[in-house]
Amino acid sequence: MIKKTLGLGVCAILATLSSAAFAEGKIVISNWDGYMPKELLENFTKETGIAAEMTVHATNEEIMGKVVASGGKGYDVLFVSGQFGEALHKLGLAADLDHGNIPNLANLYPEAMKLSHDEGLKYSVPYAWGTTGLCYRSDVVTTAPSSWNDLLKPSDAVKGKTTMLATDRWLMMPALLALGYSINTVKEDEIAAAKAQLIETKKTLLTYDDTTFYQKLVSGEASMVEAWDGWCNYGIAENAQIKYVIPKEGSDMWVDTMVVTSASENKAAAEAFINYVLKPDVHRWVAENILYKVPNKAAMDALDPKLIEQYPNLGLSPSELLKFEQLRDLGEGQKLWSKTVTEITSAN
Amino acid sequence: MVVSRRIVLTGPGIAWIMALLVIPCALLLVNSFFERGIYGGIDYIFTFENYARAIDPLYGEIFWNSARVAGITTLISLALGYPAAYCIALSPKRRQMALLILVMLPLWSNYLIRTYAWMVLLNGEGLINRSLIGLGLIEAPLPLLYNDFAIITGLTYAYVPFMILALFSSISKLAPELREASTDLGASPLMTFWRVTFPLTLPGIAAGCVFVFVLSIGNFVTPDLLGGGKRTMIGNLIYDQFLTARDWPFGSAIAAIVIFIMMALLTLQAVLINRRDRDEKTV
Repeated sequence: MIKKTLGLGVCAILATLSSAAFAEGKIVISNWDGYMPKELLENFTKETGIAAEMTVHATNEEIMGKVVASGGKGYDVLFVSGQFGEALHKLGLAADLDHGNIPNLANLYPEAMKLSHDEGLKYSVPYAWGTTGLCYRSDVVTTAPSSWNDLLKPSDAVKGKTTMLATDRWLMMPALLALGYSINTVKEDEIAAAKAQLIETKKTLLTYDDTTFYQKLVSGEASMVEAWDGWCNYGIAENAQIKYVIPKEGSDMWVDTMVVTSASENKAAAEAFINYVLKPDVHRWVAENILYKVPNKAAMDALDPKLIEQYPNLGLSPSELLKFEQLRDLGEGQKLWSKTVTEITSAN
Repeated sequence: MVVSRRIVLTGPGIAWIMALLVIPCALLLVNSFFERGIYGGIDYIFTFENYARAIDPLYGEIFWNSARVAGITTLISLALGYPAAYCIALSPKRRQMALLILVMLPLWSNYLIRTYAWMVLLNGEGLINRSLIGLGLIEAPLPLLYNDFAIITGLTYAYVPFMILALFSSISKLAPELREASTDLGASPLMTFWRVTFPLTLPGIAAGCVFVFVLSIGNFVTPDLLGGGKRTMIGNLIYDQFLTARDWPFGSAIAAIVIFIMMALLTLQAVLINRRDRDEKTV
């Protein structure tokens, strides 16, 4: 009798557990830390009844490594930059999306459907987008920079007080743009010309820096840095003398996207999550709290105009943004790029 | 009976080393003979290409530069660590534990935080430069950060405790009678140190130097933060291949070469020490 009760009890527990796992369809989301509202998951679960859990990754490369190694098992939604979404899709690790489950795609700007890495958003949905330019102290740099050459061939006044981004794609970009080449070039002569310039530029740099460059502007250690617009805004928030400019040779257009893994057992739930993020009030939070532009027209229209006054680059229109080339996965060209970057960073 | 006890006692240790050292290193070696997939990942096609790429002089120079930075760090650590270890070993037993805890205390806080602390101290607008300018000793800030000086300072700071611990265990084992005998026979303190203490603590010196050198040459956080990314060390190179370039096979090949060089050096060191011990016994 006791045995039987125990057996029934175990069955009941197992049944509860499995129904929790299947019926509610718990989804796992991996995102950069602090890149979405803390209460977003809770509200999402309240509204949809879908349980959700968040894990964090520090970089695209980190989550990419995990997903490539595991085939994506254990993850449902990933936040990655466009070119990484592209690589995941080419590797068969990102699932095609059912737009019927994501009606809020209608909130996006029409331009957001025309991303070069994923025309028509077949497998990725943009979350935030922006540019890379020069972020500088207008009280120290008296003539405002207007060209990438102001960074690559700095005047004596800013020599030794500039930084460049350390990740390969953005480390090479200023020289490629200044020389008029594509930011995705894999032509050896173009890469070599950019390399020669960057080795010269290295002698004038304070550092290569991906994480603390805006703090260096605030402290006065640096006067002009290569920066992502959203990060420059963090500097502006601390010192109103800090300004952001897109050089005349242009910028890249970076996009952070949401993709659903092919390994997801809860694809519909994952799509419901993406749909939830695209709600105007949810997506507006991103612009207001992390000071990034979002590709959501309904959200951007509702943005406090004072915020755009304080951070002018938030006001860049999607059509202006789309003039810039998007970073793409380099494929076989990656080997040439990484060797070139090593040659630059190890040059004396 | 003895055999089974030996297995029981060494089993957990061997299992630990197999699972967390031997198998991962073997996987690394295997991966180094495959191709990088076009979009990252590994294509299981056998190739020597990664090794052919790795023997490029570019990477040899990076290895040489890393060895130079690690070597200088090791020498400075030895110069700073030996007197410290000597003093601790000769201090009264009841104070030794407290002093050793002080040596290890910095290791209780996070490595990154300690590295950032050096950035606060050394940067152009930092504590040291501000103070020197404030005192009127210098006019423009000294370039203390984002160069080899900063990297070596950071590495020495981080690894000198390992040097002190290795030297302490060697010096404290030294019988005081040996030094007394040397003095009684008329040797000056300096000669006693050079002819008695120093040679007998060589195993500790070797152990400490190996610790500091190996830890320094593989470090990638310090060159990144204190070197401002302007000095690529071998650790950065491997890190970049795995993470930025997503070229695991090539990263594995470089790592495998570094492991082989380090193993060769460690074997050489062990052989030299063994020979010395044997020579001493025959004398």
